[in-house]
Amino acid sequence: MAQKQVSDQPSVQELIAKSNSKKQKQMVEKLIPTILFLIASISVLTTIGIVLTLIVETIIFFKEVPVFSFLFGTEWYPFANKEPAFGILPLIAGTLKVTVIAVIVAVPFGIGSAIFLSEYASDTTRRIIKPILEVLAGIPTIVYGFFALTFVTPLLQQFIPDLKIFNALSPGIVVGIMILPMIASLSEDAMSSVPSSIREGALAMGSTKLEVALKVVVPAALSGIIASIVLAISRAIGETMIVSLAGGSTPKFDFDVTGSIQTMTAYIVQVSSGDAGYGTTIYYSIYSVGFTLFLFTLVMNLIAHAISKKYREEY
Amino acid sequence: MKYVNHESVVKRMVNRLTINKVFKAVFFFATLFALLALAILFYRIISQGIGYLTPEFFQNFSSRFPAKAGIKAALVGSIWLMFVVAPVSIILGVGTAIYLEEYAKKNKLSDFIRMNISNLAGVPSVVFGLLGLTIFVRALSLGNSVLAAGFTMSLLILPVIIVASQEAIRAVPNDVREASYGMGATKWQTVVKIVLPSAIPGILTGAILALSRAVGETAPLIVIGIPVIIQFLPTGLLSQFTALPMQIYDWAKRPQQDFQFVAAAGILVLMIFLLIMNSIAIFIRNKFSKRY
Repeated sequence: MAQKQVSDQPSVQELIAKSNSKKQKQMVEKLIPTILFLIASISVLTTIGIVLTLIVETIIFFKEVPVFSFLFGTEWYPFANKEPAFGILPLIAGTLKVTVIAVIVAVPFGIGSAIFLSEYASDTTRRIIKPILEVLAGIPTIVYGFFALTFVTPLLQQFIPDLKIFNALSPGIVVGIMILPMIASLSEDAMSSVPSSIREGALAMGSTKLEVALKVVVPAALSGIIASIVLAISRAIGETMIVSLAGGSTPKFDFDVTGSIQTMTAYIVQVSSGDAGYGTTIYYSIYSVGFTLFLFTLVMNLIAHAISKKYREEY
Repeated sequence: MKYVNHESVVKRMVNRLTINKVFKAVFFFATLFALLALAILFYRIISQGIGYLTPEFFQNFSSRFPAKAGIKAALVGSIWLMFVVAPVSIILGVGTAIYLEEYAKKNKLSDFIRMNISNLAGVPSVVFGLLGLTIFVRALSLGNSVLAAGFTMSLLILPVIIVASQEAIRAVPNDVREASYGMGATKWQTVVKIVLPSAIPGILTGAILALSRAVGETAPLIVIGIPVIIQFLPTGLLSQFTALPMQIYDWAKRPQQDFQFVAAAGILVLMIFLLIMNSIAIFIRNKFSKRY
């Protein structure tokens, strides 16, 4: 009786065969990897798009402005009616001024906080401070720009009376504050991944915590720390809104940090927010400046990548 | 016979311990510096902006007069922008992550895609603006619309979403995948019904954090030519619009003192927007995260 009942229904094997034979399902299984690959290739296409865009428009720019005078010219007067000058060095000088000041602010404070968090702080302190640093890293740069313009510049003017409203010092310091959490958090990660057996070994030899931090942990985590600094420099070079709001728009090829400057990013913003007509030399110049900026940050990112890959110490 | 001069050892130890204490204080103050900067920043913006944060501020369009200036167009524009960026960037980001983690073979091509993503993450946002200007605004003639800005922002935050999704997918243990195969499930069934449900809290957290970056980004919007003075709300995906950071940028640039306060009020709105998004992310992380 029981035997009869079972034979009325399809056996399990039959069910499996039936479900596997569904053409639709096989199609899906074959199509999905292709679709996903196409989606994944969009990120590659984006890179190709960026590089091609920049190169094509820059080549048009170089038909009107000689490469040599662009690379080595010390004057940048694109808006001059007679004989506009397109020498990129003043814009690079502006970017470097801001970046150097930012690094001077961010590196000591960032590494100091990283050492404190990784070597001295209790678990509770770390759990409170790390999210606060993340908040600092998540603040939009336009907010930092507003802060630089309305708070840091007036504050600095009380100490340096000669300081102009637009200068390199104030945005430099604020960019430093912006990249500080990045250095602190990445360096702290590098230091925390140094195994505690090494730390305890040094402590057992009678080292103080400072000696452990400076002579054992920092050297062991050095590649991670340097990579974090290089990445932070790349961020500082590409930073746009802080320097647009507080840096001014006077490209100058000198070492003065108290006067108005212009960075590569701020120039792109200045041209974009004005109305430089499509097809003018000024229009193409933002691509050539963007290309230079792209190369700067690309080199920095590759260096950071190489450092963290090559000198990673395995324990 | 004494091999160890006890006095000099004590003296050296005292010195070393003092230096240790001094440096502990130095490192502590270095940490305090960042916290102090954050506190001052919040205090300044709240004290400057709170007075202008009235109901009218949310109902008015931008104006030449600080007292009449409002944030309606920018706030609504930013929300519209999110409705484009969120689906586009999440579909592309999660799709790429699934491909890299579940399907990609270990070969040079996959390595290249990974390397490319990490480099893309380091490209300055203003350069993405140039890409958007050439491809979306001009070549595809989308103009300075919600769609053009949305696509540009999606590409900008794509690397962040990919990396977050990869980590979430990688955290799903292999046991459950193998159990699923063992029950006769196909690869795609396993991905959709087993891997993704476990990875979704992590993916969503990362996606919301990336989206909050897109809300605050200004530079790409300026470069693709998003206008500031807009006296209407967007009517469709191809409509002109403005966004919160653009509006703040415009107000912050104006010379009149009063506009500084309006800008601060705008920043407060932006920060509240971000706070809400981040709270949702934290809520999702705490509520749905599964541990194996």
